[in-house]
Amino acid sequence: MPHLHEDKIKFLEEMANQIRQDVIAMVSHARSGHIAGPLGMADIFAALYFHILRHDPKHPEWSERDRLILSNGHICPVRYAAMARAGYFPVEELKTLRTFGSRLQGHPHRTILPGVETTSGPLGSGLSQAVGMAIVAKMDAKKINIYCLMSDGEQECGQTWEAAMLAGKLKLDNLTALIDRNNIQIDGMTEDIMPLEPLRQKYEAFGWHVLDINGHNFEEIANAYETAQAIYEKPVLIIAHTIPGKGVDFMEFEYPWHSKTFKPEEAKESLAQLRTLQGKIKSEHE
Amino acid sequence: MPINPKAKLVEHLLDVKAIEQKPTRDGYGTGLLAAGDENPSVVALCADLMESTRTEAFAQKYPDRFVEMGVAEQNMASVAAGMALMGKIPFISSYAMFSPGRNWEQIRTTIAYNEANVKICGAHAGVSVGPDGATHQAIEDIALMRPIANMTVFSPCDSVEAHKATYAAAKITGPVYVRYAREKTPVFTTAQTPFEPGKAMAFWVEPVRTKPDVAIISCGPLTHNAILAAAELEREGMKVRVINNPSIKPLDKETILKAAKDAKAIVTVEEHQVAGGMGSAIAEFLAQSYPVPVEFIGVQNRFGQSGTPTELIEHYGMGAAHIIEAVTRVIARKS
Repeated sequence: MPHLHEDKIKFLEEMANQIRQDVIAMVSHARSGHIAGPLGMADIFAALYFHILRHDPKHPEWSERDRLILSNGHICPVRYAAMARAGYFPVEELKTLRTFGSRLQGHPHRTILPGVETTSGPLGSGLSQAVGMAIVAKMDAKKINIYCLMSDGEQECGQTWEAAMLAGKLKLDNLTALIDRNNIQIDGMTEDIMPLEPLRQKYEAFGWHVLDINGHNFEEIANAYETAQAIYEKPVLIIAHTIPGKGVDFMEFEYPWHSKTFKPEEAKESLAQLRTLQGKIKSEHE
Repeated sequence: MPINPKAKLVEHLLDVKAIEQKPTRDGYGTGLLAAGDENPSVVALCADLMESTRTEAFAQKYPDRFVEMGVAEQNMASVAAGMALMGKIPFISSYAMFSPGRNWEQIRTTIAYNEANVKICGAHAGVSVGPDGATHQAIEDIALMRPIANMTVFSPCDSVEAHKATYAAAKITGPVYVRYAREKTPVFTTAQTPFEPGKAMAFWVEPVRTKPDVAIISCGPLTHNAILAAAELEREGMKVRVINNPSIKPLDKETILKAAKDAKAIVTVEEHQVAGGMGSAIAEFLAQSYPVPVEFIGVQNRFGQSGTPTELIEHYGMGAAHIIEAVTRVIARKS
């Protein structure tokens, strides 16, 4: 991937802000859907779709594309927004989220929306699918990167660890997984619901190379994915520390916003905050 | 003998002492190998049961196309889904109790709903697993797979048909479930016996230009018991049609409807819970199209246990004598 210049960082910041606004507009329009996770992952999605992924939005079936598996399907509004902004489908279509006949299902469905890569929602199965893809890329000697995004909550699923064990055994260095470490899940804080720490040591013990980053810092995001490409004979895990609800002050860190829906005035307030937010997001880089 | 000549069955199929005995899982092993020889996209995954599921021959011939998953059936289903989305045709195998028993949601979401071209191969289905006991005897697997949209379901009657069903699965685009058994059972079909997805076939037929008194529709190795029952019933002067029905989904509606119209009484036979099995599929269809009395041979809302296969088949009411009793009951119910 190309070097991250200052202009590109500025572009990504603006794009992430746009994606956040899209997410809020979509979820408030749909009157249902998750909000904190998508806002927390907006920077990472902006970085992936506009800097890291080798892809072609006009040819989503291009066989040599990198694969981006979203395991925690419930944060799909952020993926839909990033895909629309990248040119996979018209931005207008974002308004159809979660409505009858829409390609933007409440949880993403592969066969109706080109570019989605897999159907997901039930937690804990995305890493397995990414492992399957990475195995085939190796089998067929293809230079394709397999990326998997997971939530921290789904580290509670046994299947995640079955997949982690297999990836370690097979030394899948074409696989880079990322955990959105925002510390919240539906019923509360992850460490109260089911302690996950020490996550780094757990993955290391399973044969992974682990990186910790600030999930709102574009340089750290880009560097981590660049480092991942240079690691041999080990799958890479990026633990991205993120702020759930990032960009809207009354949502940040508040677990009830994991899946709570907006009142109209809350959506309005969120959008107003985001539209005046440039300085606040920039502060992460200072 | 009233054997359908088109079925091309073995000659001495009633001679239970002389007939060759092989487990249907052997047909998985040879069918998988044949599919793999023909198509380099065929890959195999197994959850620590390589020898007993008969994946071994494929794994030895094509080590680069085989993935040992360890005891992790949920992971196996979704890894296979990921491989399928990259263009492979993965066959996943374990005991049916664990796959599809343990990984049902992964099969539903990441394979079937995702339209991933994965073949789920469940060995050790039925109580005839024997000494291992109820924990390892899958008698609910057809019921688990049948209601999933996009899923095809096969239950072959012997090792030869199991080979064909496995080979056919590789040719179908989309998820397929095939169930196999552990125990050796009579090999009574031949390489020439037709096998086609969505097709059932009468193996035993009533005399020409007559109507049968009853039609027995069976799947899996118990089809041989159904034929033994038909032979006994014939000696008592009864006209019987025995239909082998390996394709539970899609169902051969034409053949089943004709059987219901001709016989006006049906007995279904399967080594599975009566609830949700092949008999249920037939009853659902006939209730709408041509309701006739149906009696169901299968496990009646119980768990299995340790024992010899023969003891267990008898204990759970699936022997030839039980089929004959069911025929008597269903004929008594004819209006």
